[in-house]
Amino acid sequence: MIEASPSLLLVAIPLLAAPVTALLPPGRLPWLMTLVITWTCLALAIWQLQVVADGSVVSYELGGWAPPWGIEYRVDALNALVALIIAGIAAITLTYARRSVEREIPRHQIPLFYAAFLLCMDGQLGISQTGDVFNLFVFLEISSLSSYALISLGQRRQALTAAYQYLIMGTIGATFLLIGIGLIYAETGTLNMMDLNVRLADLYSHRTVHTGFAFIVVGVGLKLAMFPLHLWLPNVYCYAPLAVTVFLAATATKVAVYIMLRMVFTVFPESLVALTPTGLVFLLLGAAGVLFASVAAIYQPDARRLLAYSSIGQIGYMLLGISYGTALGLTATIVHVFNHALMKATLFMAIGALIYRIGSSRLDRLAGSARHMPWTFSAIVIAGLSLVGVPGTAGFISKWYLLLAALEQRDWLIALVILAGSLLAVAYLWRLVDAMVFQAPAADTQPPREAPLSMLVPIWVLVLANVYFGLDTRLTVDTATTAVRLLTGAGS
Amino acid sequence: MTEFILGHYNYWVVILLMMTGFYIVISRGNLIKKIAGLNIFQTSVFLLYISIGNVSGGTTPIIADGFTRHSNPLPYVLILTAIVVGVSTTALGLALVVRIREAYGTIEEDDIHRLDASL
Repeated sequence: MIEASPSLLLVAIPLLAAPVTALLPPGRLPWLMTLVITWTCLALAIWQLQVVADGSVVSYELGGWAPPWGIEYRVDALNALVALIIAGIAAITLTYARRSVEREIPRHQIPLFYAAFLLCMDGQLGISQTGDVFNLFVFLEISSLSSYALISLGQRRQALTAAYQYLIMGTIGATFLLIGIGLIYAETGTLNMMDLNVRLADLYSHRTVHTGFAFIVVGVGLKLAMFPLHLWLPNVYCYAPLAVTVFLAATATKVAVYIMLRMVFTVFPESLVALTPTGLVFLLLGAAGVLFASVAAIYQPDARRLLAYSSIGQIGYMLLGISYGTALGLTATIVHVFNHALMKATLFMAIGALIYRIGSSRLDRLAGSARHMPWTFSAIVIAGLSLVGVPGTAGFISKWYLLLAALEQRDWLIALVILAGSLLAVAYLWRLVDAMVFQAPAADTQPPREAPLSMLVPIWVLVLANVYFGLDTRLTVDTATTAVRLLTGAGS
Repeated sequence: MTEFILGHYNYWVVILLMMTGFYIVISRGNLIKKIAGLNIFQTSVFLLYISIGNVSGGTTPIIADGFTRHSNPLPYVLILTAIVVGVSTTALGLALVVRIREAYGTIEEDDIHRLDASL
């Protein structure tokens, strides 16, 4: 007997819908189907979050096999929040995507494109729901394989090499994860996350477990583009089809951050992590990532590449939050995962609208476009302010918590790095504003028209969300606080 | 000591294959050779899982008279899944190489970088 469970439905619906979508005739139908599915998933994710927001845990046993033998879907506030990010971004991206997909993807491939999109979302949702580490690996590969295919559909030939490079790096990362899982399975004989936490507590000094931990951290680090393992990311964000860039930029690395949180805080016991220099490594790499990537972003000649480097920097912030391992730091990381998904989706969508009208995202080609596309431009400015962390925007909330976490540790240097990162963000975003407002367009270019309404509406929904979550932090901070309580309390 | 080394020979093979595959992926510029390296790398992990599941003197896990000592079937099942994932990755990777060859006329990484830089 299968009982209705939001976590099962979240995984099953897109998985079943994907092959159906692939068989639909080219045209608007595949898009419509995917749109309905993603909004359904969003509704399910909201429902699920309401159920677990009070700190309760919902468990679903697949096939009726009791954990730890069977696969368990185990959902607490953190899982539900991650699922909400994925489904929410997917729904809003799909609403936005129809025109850009029709332009970028050959007509006969459109059903396959949407099928791959559904699979990619399904893999990520699966990661967010499962309580089984091997199941997590399988979902990671489902989302990765479909994202390689999606990226390779980009219009320029560099999309192919970007997809290939990501395939190699991503597979190495996932295989490292698989090795790590194998090693801890060899020690404990279990794959259930909660069960692993209990069993590894007695084995924390074993070298096999340490090796497994190292493999898992490096493997997931590759997936989340942890500096200096970020080399695949700029090309992917730059050459993938627009809708794919928006979706991956907002969710893919965030899901990897979630895996890292689960591995470091739920699967492995605190006693083991404390023995390793994990915190220090995350601190150094996070700080280096913030500074290096933000400086690199200033020198990019292309708006998409600029934002890609900015993403690497933002991941640095999330690592800093993890590195402290304190309640404040983890809250900052989780809130930033949510807020960064919002602002990067907005920015990439707005850049997408520019590309749709102008045909390029090179800064010199964008010259003078602000006057002709005021709505798109103001969306970029507001989302940019959020990225910098100006009070009144979502970005401020997460930066504020991160700063508090650093000050709590009396870590003045890192507090400085966080502020410097914000200043550098002003510098690279200013280049975008400068190009769009103050540069004169080449004499022979046609002035672009404002973006179509079907793009502007989703962009502005996200812009308003950026402002809303900067003022009303009940959803983000409260959920994150509950999630952190469960995350850090799991071992005790 | 010798007993330790010989007794764990399958794990030494795993490490050897793992490093060989990983080295090929990093060092080769030919896109197909990279995929081959990736395959060797993944195969080593399959061997690792199979070694973990083996119980000395254990038989295939069948419940029947005369079979009392079983190998652990779960790692075998897990690795079947991982093999499927590996095959899909290889297929997708090779498909990408075909498309890259159509777009660039070469499958050497250095030449591809040169062609992109000259644009």
